[in-house]
Formats: sequence, C-alpha cells, structure tokens
Amino acid sequence: MVEKTPWLDLLTYTLLILGIGIVGFPLFYTIVAATLPVEEVSRIPMPLIPGDQLLVNLKTAWIKGNLGIQMWNSFIMAAGITFGKISVSILAAFAIVYFDFRFRKIAFVSVFCTLMLPVEVRILPTYEVTANVFGPIQQILAVFHVDTLIGFFTGNRFRISIEFSLLDSYAGLILPLVASATATFLFRQFFLTVPEELCEAAKIDGASPMKFFTRILLPLSKTNIAALIVIDFIYGWNQYLWPLLITTNPRMSTAVIGLIRLIPQMEDLPTWNVALAGALIVMTPPVLVVLFMQRWFVKGLVDTEK
Amino acid sequence: MLKRSFFSSKYLPYLLILPQTLVILTFFYWPAAQALFQSFMLSDPFGVNSQFVWFDNFSRLFKDRYYWKSIGITFFFSFSTALLSISIGLLVAAMANRVLKAKAIIRTFLIWPYAIAPAISGIVWLFLFHPSFGVIAYSVMRWLGIHWNPILDGNDALFLVVIASAWKQISYNFVFFIAGLQSIPKSLIEAAAIDGASPLRRFWVITFPLLSPTLFFLLVMNVVYAFFETFGIIHTVTQGGPGGSTMTMVYKVYKDGFVGLDLGSSAAQSVVLMIVIVVLTVLQFKYVEKKVQYTG
Repeated sequence: MVEKTPWLDLLTYTLLILGIGIVGFPLFYTIVAATLPVEEVSRIPMPLIPGDQLLVNLKTAWIKGNLGIQMWNSFIMAAGITFGKISVSILAAFAIVYFDFRFRKIAFVSVFCTLMLPVEVRILPTYEVTANVFGPIQQILAVFHVDTLIGFFTGNRFRISIEFSLLDSYAGLILPLVASATATFLFRQFFLTVPEELCEAAKIDGASPMKFFTRILLPLSKTNIAALIVIDFIYGWNQYLWPLLITTNPRMSTAVIGLIRLIPQMEDLPTWNVALAGALIVMTPPVLVVLFMQRWFVKGLVDTEK
Repeated sequence: MLKRSFFSSKYLPYLLILPQTLVILTFFYWPAAQALFQSFMLSDPFGVNSQFVWFDNFSRLFKDRYYWKSIGITFFFSFSTALLSISIGLLVAAMANRVLKAKAIIRTFLIWPYAIAPAISGIVWLFLFHPSFGVIAYSVMRWLGIHWNPILDGNDALFLVVIASAWKQISYNFVFFIAGLQSIPKSLIEAAAIDGASPLRRFWVITFPLLSPTLFFLLVMNVVYAFFETFGIIHTVTQGGPGGSTMTMVYKVYKDGFVGLDLGSSAAQSVVLMIVIVVLTVLQFKYVEKKVQYTG
C-alpha cells in the first residue's frame, strides 16, 4: 500500500495459491477420477494424471443414474422456483409499497416471519399438506362440523372429502419453496428508493397501477431480478431434502438425488469414476451460472444476505 | 413504510398479495401450526388415533440420552464448521484484498464452490476420505500413521462432515469479507501506515475491528447453514452414523419422523428447532442494527 514489503507480498501470494489449491483440489481430483478406468481409480494411491475414459464414464453415469430425465426435472424445479419466488415477491412488494390497504403491515410481517420457518423445521406436516393440499380446508370444515350441519339441513348423511395430492409432481417440488422473505424485502427496499416523481408522473399521465408496474417498476428492477435469478436458480437446483421426501417415482426425482444411486456401496465394484463423472455432470449447470453471471451472483449474495 | 404518492384501489392490492399469501398459509403457517399441535399429541404411527398429552413429548425428549447427544453433536458440528470456514474465508479475503493484479481471476477461483450442492460436496469428500481408495485417508496413514476410517469411527465421521460442510461455505464467507474489506476507507489505513504501523498491526488494530459486524453476521449465518442446510451432506456421507455420532438435530427430526414414524417426538423436535432459529434470526437482526450504526 504505502511501503514496499517484498516478504509480505511473497507470503500473500503463497497463502493465496495455497487457499485456491485447498478450494480447488477436490474439483481437480474429481475431474481426474472421472477420466480413469475403474481399475486405475481404485489403485492406491490413485494416479493424478488424467486418463482417457472421461466420455465413457460420463456416458455410463448418464445412463446408469438415469440423469437425462432427472437433469430435466432439476431444471424445471430450479426454473420454477426461481420464476415463482421472484414473481410472487415482486407483486407482493409492489402492493405493500404502492397501495394503502388494511392488511398491509400484517402482509409484510407474515412474509418476513417465514424466514424463521425453513422446510427443515416443518418436515412432516409440510409433507402431509403436500400429500393433500386441501387437507387444511378439510380439517377446518371438520372442526366446525360443516358436514353434520349440511346433513342436518338436507336430511341426508353428508361427508365432504376433497383430496388433491402434489406428491411426485412438479407443482409439489416447486410450490412449497416459492415464498421468499428475502426477495420480498429486497424489492420493498428497492421500491422505497424509486423517486416519488415517477409515480406522480405516471398518475398524471393517467397510467393504471399495473401499467406503472410493467412499464416503469419492472424495467427499473432488472439488476435486482438478475441477481435473484442467479441465487434462486442455485438454491432450486441444489435442493435435497424436499425432493427426497416427496418423490418416490424415479422419473420425478431430481439429479442431485439421482446421484446417490451411483455411489458404490461396500459390496459393489468400486466404480467411483462413474459416481464422480455423474457428480461433474450435475454440478455443471449451477457452476456455469455462477461463473458467467459472477457480477450478479456477488450482488445477489450480498443484497439478499442469503 | 408507504410511498408519499400511492395508488388506491379496493381489490388490486389484495389480488397482488394473494399468490404469496396462499403459498405461505398453506406451506408455511399451516404446517408450522400442525407441528406445534402435534407436539402436544401422542399418536400411533399412522396418525389415526391421537390423544392430548400436554408436555409429555417434550419431557420424554429431554429425558432421552440420544437427544442430548444429538444436541451436543449439532453444536460442536455447527461451531467447528463456522470457525473453520470463516477463518479460511477471512484469510483468503484479506490476502486477495492486498493483491492489485488478477483480482477477477482470484475471485473466480474462489467463489465457484458456492454452486455445488451440499450432497455433491458430501460425495466428493467421501471419496477423498474413503478408507480404501481415498487419497487423503491414504496420505494420513502413510505420513501420520493414523488409520482413517469414517465408516467405523465416529470422530473420523464427524471430522469428515465438518470438512465437507466448511469447504462449500468458504466462498460465501470470502464474498462477504471482500465486500466488508472494500468498504473500509483507505484513508484510515494509510494514516496508520504513515504513523508507522506495520501491515500486521494495521490489520489487527483497524481492519479487524471494522470487520467485526461482518464477522458476527457470518458467524450467525454459518451456524444457520450448518444447522439447517447440511442435511444433504449428512445423508450422503454418514446417514447419521456410525452409532449416531453425526446425528444432527435436523437429521434426527427426519429419521425419527420419516423412518421411525414417531410423530409426537418428531413434532416436539421441530418445535425445539423453531425456537433455535428464532433466536438465530434475532441475533442476525442485531447485526443489521450494528451495521447501521457503523455506516451512519
């Protein structure tokens, strides 16, 4: 900075290279392992020079892990969660900032409190709701004895039964993860910094609220939306617990879950080359998103404090 | 807060918040209420018959030796993971901040693990530490004479999941430390340098205290991460074993509820976790207050 410190500079570079090495070693090793035949990968110690079996291993992993359909499912899930999170939260933030209505405060606080309810703390009941989305309505009806009441008035025995299961469906994978306190908060903060004059001008020109939203607010929010797309896509792609719970049909499961079937067990042939080739395939889309949208990624991370 | 100039409409705002409200009522508040309700009920494994039992589930839970063990493991796991990844993240960020050239390349090389799913991080580290094929297990045995076996030894397994969890989180900490370091005014550090403070002293006396809000925030966020987002790592690497030595509280909720079908206990554990996350969220917002004081 001010003085010349050759030794410190040397130390800086050494530590940096060491740090990058520690962070990068697992990936390097994964790539090497994915290029080796099975007898090489189980040699002790494993050679550190890449072999020529990469394409073979990738293909085996793709077929054995049924990754084609599962990568597609992961993509749908990640894209659905991204689109859902951003659109429900931007609409809610628009309502909260630009309209005066009775439940405005409650709406904001109730979204905010979902921060304290990650899926991990409500595993079983969320599964139950997803198994029958009308379960809550049915239970409320049962509490008020609505069926007995109708039976009393009509003279017939009456039973209300509505069931709709989201297990093993895209909606079930996506919907329960769509609410986002952080995105709502981010859009709210951003809308509060938008100059008042814009809204006044739009009103004078006779623009409807939705026209103001689509023509002015949405284009202004572009950078925020881009940042959230990166963060939410990675979040959706890397989901593990939720798809594990609600998918039983392998055709509906996601790529990260599918990988588990590729891990060799004690009694199997140690085909770690195939398992790690599969890991490479599955990690590629989110890693590419981070690398190519680095600027948005850093902004998204710091802004949402995710 | 509301804009000075706003729209008025009878039905439009309700329509706009409807999608979000439906989602949070159905998939957040209803299940949370159910968990609370079920934690006071004793049900058979199929949930057909149930009976109100007050705090029986909780007292049963807190008399359970294995639950206490799980609490201990979770705390040890979370704080080790947080400390390890925060210290590496801070070290690399402080070094990267000193470098003038190649900043973008260094950043690129350090942020990509954020994109790796916890479950994949688990698979990769499981291979690196595999007792028969893993290169790290081999090196440890060759040079340190330690027989490494995370499949049989509980401590080895816990160490392995800490490493796999901390590795993935380094990039997150790095990004926040870099942001924090860049917000420190250069003039402060230059003034100290002119006064003759050595680079190390400048770091300890100026940079580190000014980073403390970031540090505190990251400590909370890393503990939250280790508590709630490492399920994938535990599930792929150890499944809570061997002998429950990596059974974190979240994994135990899953195991007791989904595999063991003990609904009451699982619900009571969920309620305990809710209390934990409420405390952590309050702590996190203490940071927001602090940050405001520093900047303004």
